[in-house]
Amino acid sequence: MNLQDYLNLFGVSQETIRQVITEGLSKGGDYCDIFFQHSSSDYIGLEDNDVNRAHSNIDLGVGIRVLNGNQTGYSFTEVIAPETMKKAAHTAANIANSKSRLEIPVFSEHKPADYYRIKTPWEKVEIDQKIPYLQRINQKVFNLDSRVIKSKISFNNSTTYILFANSEGRITYDYQPMSQISVSCIAEQNGQREQDSFNLSGRRGIEFFTELNIERLANEAVKRTVALFEAGKPEAGEMEVVLAAGSSGILLHEAIGHGMEADFNRKEISIFSDKIGKAVAESFVTIVDDGTNANVRGSINIDDEGNDTEKTYLVENGIMKSYLHDRLSAKHYGVKPTGSGRRESFRHMPLPRMRNTYMLPGPHKKDEIIASVKNGIMAETFTNGQVMIGGGDFTFYVKSGYLIKNGKIERPIKDVNIIGNGPEVLKNITMVADDFQMTEGGWTCGKDGQGVPVSMGLPTVKVKQLTVGGY
Amino acid sequence: MFSYKAASKQHPEKINKMMTKTEKESLADYIIDLAKKNGANEVAVDISLESEVSLQFRDGEIEQLQESQQSGISIKVYADHKYSSHSTNDLRKDALKQFVERAVKSTRYLTADKFRELPEQKYYPKNLGRDLNLLDSDYKNISTEDRLNIAREIHDLAKAESDKIISVAAGYGDAIFSSFKAHSNGFSGHKEGTIFSTGAEVTVKDDDARPEDYYWVQSRFKNKFPSPEFIAKKAAQGALNKIGQSKIKSGAYNMLVENRAAIKLISMLLSPLSASAIQQKSSYLDGMIGKSIASEKLNIIDNPFITGGLGSRLFDGEGIAAKERTIIKDGVLQQYYIDSYYGKKLGMEPNGGSSSNLILNTGNQSVDEMMNRLGNGIFLTGFNGGNSNSTTGDFSFGISGFYFENGKLAKPINEMNLSGNAKDFWQQLMEVGNDPYPYSKWLVPSLVFEGVNFSGL
Repeated sequence: MNLQDYLNLFGVSQETIRQVITEGLSKGGDYCDIFFQHSSSDYIGLEDNDVNRAHSNIDLGVGIRVLNGNQTGYSFTEVIAPETMKKAAHTAANIANSKSRLEIPVFSEHKPADYYRIKTPWEKVEIDQKIPYLQRINQKVFNLDSRVIKSKISFNNSTTYILFANSEGRITYDYQPMSQISVSCIAEQNGQREQDSFNLSGRRGIEFFTELNIERLANEAVKRTVALFEAGKPEAGEMEVVLAAGSSGILLHEAIGHGMEADFNRKEISIFSDKIGKAVAESFVTIVDDGTNANVRGSINIDDEGNDTEKTYLVENGIMKSYLHDRLSAKHYGVKPTGSGRRESFRHMPLPRMRNTYMLPGPHKKDEIIASVKNGIMAETFTNGQVMIGGGDFTFYVKSGYLIKNGKIERPIKDVNIIGNGPEVLKNITMVADDFQMTEGGWTCGKDGQGVPVSMGLPTVKVKQLTVGGY
Repeated sequence: MFSYKAASKQHPEKINKMMTKTEKESLADYIIDLAKKNGANEVAVDISLESEVSLQFRDGEIEQLQESQQSGISIKVYADHKYSSHSTNDLRKDALKQFVERAVKSTRYLTADKFRELPEQKYYPKNLGRDLNLLDSDYKNISTEDRLNIAREIHDLAKAESDKIISVAAGYGDAIFSSFKAHSNGFSGHKEGTIFSTGAEVTVKDDDARPEDYYWVQSRFKNKFPSPEFIAKKAAQGALNKIGQSKIKSGAYNMLVENRAAIKLISMLLSPLSASAIQQKSSYLDGMIGKSIASEKLNIIDNPFITGGLGSRLFDGEGIAAKERTIIKDGVLQQYYIDSYYGKKLGMEPNGGSSSNLILNTGNQSVDEMMNRLGNGIFLTGFNGGNSNSTTGDFSFGISGFYFENGKLAKPINEMNLSGNAKDFWQQLMEVGNDPYPYSKWLVPSLVFEGVNFSGL
């Protein structure tokens, strides 16, 4: 699709957009942008062996933002017509109150990158094509283990079209596909029930759900669930923690990622305020936040402020390098935006957000890391995490893992929360292996009531000391 | 009681963000008719409209000001016991027609499920005339300046609490909504209301760390907020009290949970009570009706009829008549939350699948009195992440709060976990306070638990 196709999709002309932006600046604001969005999403679900539920959603609207220094005026409308958009622009304009009026240059098209090409658009895939995937997974799940008593499977896909223009004359657009299959099982053994799940997600087309991935979905969900029958609790307290390669990247997301979002630093309320250029970790620790990984869930061709996305180094060889910037913070710090300005939808103003956050491989080996642990755990799968931005305490919930004693994996553990402090955990990363993995799970990050898709990754890592919930 | 009967089945001319009651009724009627023409047997339609204003005042200036209006339509389609639901905010004439046609068409591909049908008429409310007083009639007269003044005043008062304060963000938001629900088998009902919220977030300097706290309140009415002084003090003192926080030794402690934090624990108790969790065998409370699931100190009533209540309603999302229900009596589980679909699957009568206003019984002691009586322990004031497992009852949460000694706060604590299993945990409830937190739809007082597990040093 080219620029004209996007203008047609939203039924607007460049001239109308110019008029709306002009209205946005009518009270003296120093910047205005306009964000059109059309999203359609579909879900089908299998429960008690039948695909007996479906849901679809259509979301259409346009958000108009006016900046006046660090102040933001925002309004949106769901009716895309010149009068309603001008009215919204007029509302957003009220953040400013001065006589100055900006000239808007001629719009120039900014072509976005292409990090997530898919074969068949989801709008062309009918429900009846998707149903057999769920039925096949369900059959496999029950064939794998007779202890499985319930299986719940869902198939979600969505397509979003974005058209963006601003008072600096940039006009750009993006097409953002997303899909996910999730499998959840309940198993029973001697009256004890356990539940776990597995999912695969990304900016992918239906071709991603190959026979091999269908197998993985069923196998992983069952394997994780029945493993919990043997699992217990670790002791409570501080201990060594090994983070398995892959979704353990949640550590980075919570411990450092949020604290490096520049809005918190601009307002001086992050524990990482004033840390740029300082040594914060061992020299083999390099952490990036990247929007350019092919077909990964957190990738974006352009951010929601029309800027190119990139691979941003948060920590390079142990030195703190860069925050994640949106327009406001980039201006505040006098740096280039990092393509991190994201929003949940046209209903929200953009904020600095993570994309795919991961640590690059290091010099150690996984076996060597496990062998080095005297008393600790290895955390393998996770459900959620959280952080206090200023205090720096972050937590993540470990669904499953293992106890390690004297260098040997002893027994499985489940359902424990881990809590630590961001800057301290960075210092306490003592080993990083060479086995990097990006997670393929469907992670969504929440901030100020806005959810955006993200991903994360990690090689096997050892943290000298974290507080583990147990009893 | 209102009964709706639309004369025309044509696409209504006026579909916009200001639809009147009658216009919403005509639109619902048009959609039901269109869905039926396309092959649906039963249809449920929800139409909702909302206007919203929110703003934030930070460090001396307006940081954000947002205003918007939105609307949405959602439909549930039942065709020969095949079921699907759909929602859209694209109300343009052609788009809406296509939306309904596609909704019915996509339902055809699904497997028939004999339990999929609209609730029986006997479960719908008999009387919709009762006024629950959910609308602030003064809403239209509130100006942007009024809104700004509330946030500014809280901001200024909080900032003045201490020179250790680095940043204050005070927020204010309000919304007015109206909705209409119509079912093809004979139910329809309107709802309208307002909601107001305000509060502040305060960050303070503590060596390298910058601990933060917040205080946030919600109400149906603008004049039911606590005073700006109260909110500002709560947020600022909360953050200042965290200066010097650290973890203490792991072990079993007596725990006093502050009212607003205790809401999270009640939420953990309620999620395994849904009929879907019971039918899907993912609830540790399966089979526990009539049995003790908590100490006899715990009594929970679900009351949808509180005047001006944040969770008040005459009918739920399925149109099922609201009624007052006892959920837990003297620690004994009385009933699940049963919606019509999972109720049928379980062979149980539906009673409404979600909670409304929850009322915990209160005791006669304040936080200070309970702390005094306990002597030593942990006063938990905030959660930080963590999760619970409804299937097994296991839970583990990050926490912050205070260690108290001889009935007095001794030091702020953080970076610790509270862990256990809900089956044992709720039996350890020793005392309920006299202080239900009033700014939530769940009226939960401070709670005391005996000998629960914390991990720290």
